[in-house]
Amino acid sequence: MIRAFLAILKRDLLLASRAGGGGELALVFFLTLVVLVPFALGPDLNLLSRIGPAILWLGALLSTLIGLDRLFQSDEEDGSLDLIRASALPLELSVLAKGLAHWLTTGLPLALAAPLLGLLVALPAEAMLPIAATLLAGTPALSFIGAAAAALTAGLRRGGLILPVLVAPLTIPVLIFGVSAANSALGGTVPFLTPFLILCALSLGSIVIGTVAAGVALRQAD
Amino acid sequence: MPRFLFPELVLKAENLSCRRGGRLIFEGLSFRLGNSEAIALTGRNGAGKSSLIAMLCGRLRPAGGEMRIEGAEDAPLAELSHLVGHRDGLKVTLTAQENLVFAQALLGEAGASPQDALSAVGLPHVAGLPVGYLSAGQRRRVALARLLVSRRPFWLLDEPMAALDAAAQAMLAGLMRDHLAQGGAILAATHGPLGLETARELRIGP
Repeated sequence: MIRAFLAILKRDLLLASRAGGGGELALVFFLTLVVLVPFALGPDLNLLSRIGPAILWLGALLSTLIGLDRLFQSDEEDGSLDLIRASALPLELSVLAKGLAHWLTTGLPLALAAPLLGLLVALPAEAMLPIAATLLAGTPALSFIGAAAAALTAGLRRGGLILPVLVAPLTIPVLIFGVSAANSALGGTVPFLTPFLILCALSLGSIVIGTVAAGVALRQAD
Repeated sequence: MPRFLFPELVLKAENLSCRRGGRLIFEGLSFRLGNSEAIALTGRNGAGKSSLIAMLCGRLRPAGGEMRIEGAEDAPLAELSHLVGHRDGLKVTLTAQENLVFAQALLGEAGASPQDALSAVGLPHVAGLPVGYLSAGQRRRVALARLLVSRRPFWLLDEPMAALDAAAQAMLAGLMRDHLAQGGAILAATHGPLGLETARELRIGP
């Protein structure tokens, strides 16, 4: 069973590393979004650094969403999903493996790139690490909430935009606590740990709920 | 010494009916499939051959009737069977070898090594090539190699001869005969001859 779990994880990491895998596209999209914001707002460094955490979080959220619709759809189209269904591994654990691979190739690189992009929105140096930490803790929630929606839309052809529309409202709590934890690192009356721990709880909860929900959705397919 | 490589299993389907999109596709279908037996599933286009296979592998719920396996401790049929259908289940950016290594780890019950399985389907030279570079017939043969890398008693094949040339069709018939000799069972939807003398015909619809 562990072998099948690792096989799915390894295959998805391998697929992401090949041409058209999608992992690097999310990173480039993130970079593009964050680079565009200073041009739109003008050279007001105070304004930029005040809304910097929100920009980084929004960028990460949108970049996670763009490749998510392919998570199960590509497996459904080429028949790999039938193979995964035929495994003795429970469908929920297959979803967990795929979600984990998605986070490793999307959320993790985004969190690691965030301090670098923080320079573009004039974030103070001491805020870089906390912001990367909030993204590290919060992006698993995005991957797994998205996995549930991706499982629901797996059978839809040309359902590309449905997924962001479904997922965006569900990610509001993650966005609120992610940004407020990042802001509290910049100063203010709220201690960093209060929103940060809620963010961690949201991620852990999403991993469980998203995994089970996606498993149910994939069983209902057809 | 057991008679067969596989345990004694019998698949029994009784009075199965299938409904898709509110339309009745077929009803009252009954059959049994035991060790070393093969069924050639025939019927006109749209008769429900692929739907029956989807039902057997658990992707579609029957609208009525029941199917069960005697001899297996509550393992669903999906976990005892191989499916090779219209969609090959291969990732085009991975090599043939990588696809088979994945299938073997995922499906368990390791049989032949991926390299041996590719040799058995006559494609030992494509192991390192991404599947996207292969022709339709070659892809189908890589998908058929999956039958060998992991040992499962039931083979559910949906038009396995499609896209195969004459030599590959004879090769597949040979693989199926070996599988039957080991005590496996085959259900294949087909429009042409399977090359199996022992196969019973099960016709859906008129």
